[in-house]
Amino acid sequence: MSESARANGVTDWLRGALPKLVLSPSIAIVLVFVYGFILFTIFLSFTDSRILPSFGLVGWQNYERLFSLRNWGIAVKNLFIFGSLYIAICCVLGLLLAILLDQKIRTEGFIRTIYLYPMALSFIVTGTAWKWFLDPGIGLQAVVRSWGWESFTFEWIKDSDMAIYTIVIAAVWQTSGFVMAMFLAGLRGIDNEVMKAAQIDGASTFALYRRIVIPQLRPAFMSAFVVLAHMAIKSYDLVVALTGGGPGTATEMPATFMYSYTFTRNQMGIGAASAVIMLMMIAAIIVPYLWSELREKPQ
Amino acid sequence: MSGGHTAQVIRTGAGARFVIYVLLAIFCIYYLLPLYVMVVNSLKPLSEIQAGGMMALPETWTTAPWKSAWSTAQVGVEASGLRPYFLNSILMVVPAVAISTMLGALNGYVLTKWRFRFDTILFGLLLFGCFIPFQMVLIPMARMLGLMGIAGTVGGLVFVHLVYGIGFSTLYFRNYYAQFPTELVRAAMIDGAGFFTIFARILLPASGPIVVVCVIWQFTNIWNDFLFGSSFSDYDSQPMTVALNNLVQSSTGVKEYNVHFAGAIMAALPTLLVYILAGQFFVRGLMAGSVKG
Repeated sequence: MSESARANGVTDWLRGALPKLVLSPSIAIVLVFVYGFILFTIFLSFTDSRILPSFGLVGWQNYERLFSLRNWGIAVKNLFIFGSLYIAICCVLGLLLAILLDQKIRTEGFIRTIYLYPMALSFIVTGTAWKWFLDPGIGLQAVVRSWGWESFTFEWIKDSDMAIYTIVIAAVWQTSGFVMAMFLAGLRGIDNEVMKAAQIDGASTFALYRRIVIPQLRPAFMSAFVVLAHMAIKSYDLVVALTGGGPGTATEMPATFMYSYTFTRNQMGIGAASAVIMLMMIAAIIVPYLWSELREKPQ
Repeated sequence: MSGGHTAQVIRTGAGARFVIYVLLAIFCIYYLLPLYVMVVNSLKPLSEIQAGGMMALPETWTTAPWKSAWSTAQVGVEASGLRPYFLNSILMVVPAVAISTMLGALNGYVLTKWRFRFDTILFGLLLFGCFIPFQMVLIPMARMLGLMGIAGTVGGLVFVHLVYGIGFSTLYFRNYYAQFPTELVRAAMIDGAGFFTIFARILLPASGPIVVVCVIWQFTNIWNDFLFGSSFSDYDSQPMTVALNNLVQSSTGVKEYNVHFAGAIMAALPTLLVYILAGQFFVRGLMAGSVKG
């Protein structure tokens, strides 16, 4: 075999392997920093780690303690209240706005821009704006009182029972425009022929939407649900900026719980266990969705 | 667009149209209200806000809150204003966005035009990485940054955002290149063009729109991030969101709401500008991030 032939063999091999070589750093990064780290955190959740990671195994003890903690109970209950209201209101509002905007509105582009801009903001900005707007001392309550309605009271943000709903208010403000855009895209994809036929048969506008349009928006509902549920489980920034988890622990959520137990209360094992529970919640929503999305288009 | 859309079928009378426009206008007010509150109150003296005048236009217009928020306000331990943190955010965002977009483009190219066994599974693994709760990686990442010697630095934040930005940028380019005619790539291969030549000469020149979408998405996400910023930064490497939160939550002295609002607008301005200038690309990115496949 001549020198040049051998050199050709090497370059051929290199040419064949080049695509994989280009992809491999990214794959390696994801394997280590996503999957490796997930395994490490799962491992930590079975150890006696406190302020630093430690490797003494304690079995399910962290999980048992986690589920007996009052704060974790509050966090999960809050996530349930927040998540269901957030998803429901965003979907109803998003659908309503999409239908209204789909009536050949002349200034549609302009209105859409206004409905969607909150999505470009950081939750910290949103939280700051709403924190002071809802503050009884200077915000809505003070303003209405200064207009002459002296007994007007709106103190949800200071009220342990109601504070969680202020997070719903701010979060809905931020994302409902986005849900509107998803439904609008869905509406634009609906075939007209069925609707024309139904209208000739004398169906009312309301019936038209209820019987024909909304059922066809199923994929948009699915996407909206997945996106919103996953945002709800992860919600951290908004809680920190708006209420700081308070008053007391009234607006604690799993994400804020994880952070405080891991980094300020030095209970890393319990923090890791709570993160694992969060991952399981997200996986329960995302994995079936990704599975169906990736399988539909095998090509 | 096939068959037009629903609006062409449904007829609405004048009365109904009036109601629709009123409703749309009310929601415009709802979405604009917090922005109005931020802007108006960042331009008035503190006393007017304390007197219950949050919704009113300023009686005395002043830019003092802006100057204070930018260069003199107390942020954490230092009375430095938000300026140094704004710079931190820029130093963090630019390299993280540039590198993750480049890697995403190459990955998308490989995954669509150089297919091999298990590529869908690999892509699925990459994609799932976009959606994990980042609480799962905080503890090991803190250790890792320490081992790498970049804990508490802007460089460390760049690294973290790069690592967790690859999934989405790969998603964008993969979906975009999947639509690109593979025949062109095959023809170039037969002509003897190599891996990088095909990418640089054939795919890259056609990638303008998706590059814009990807850059905007990454920019918005990384600029707005708070969790990584608050977990992995020191006093001198905090990004803008963390500094804004410190400014607002600081418990010492009188609460300067007008300064807080001015700071909030500063933190929002870069992403807001991008949204106003390139809105349809922003929306495309959002939609592609939610409707996968």
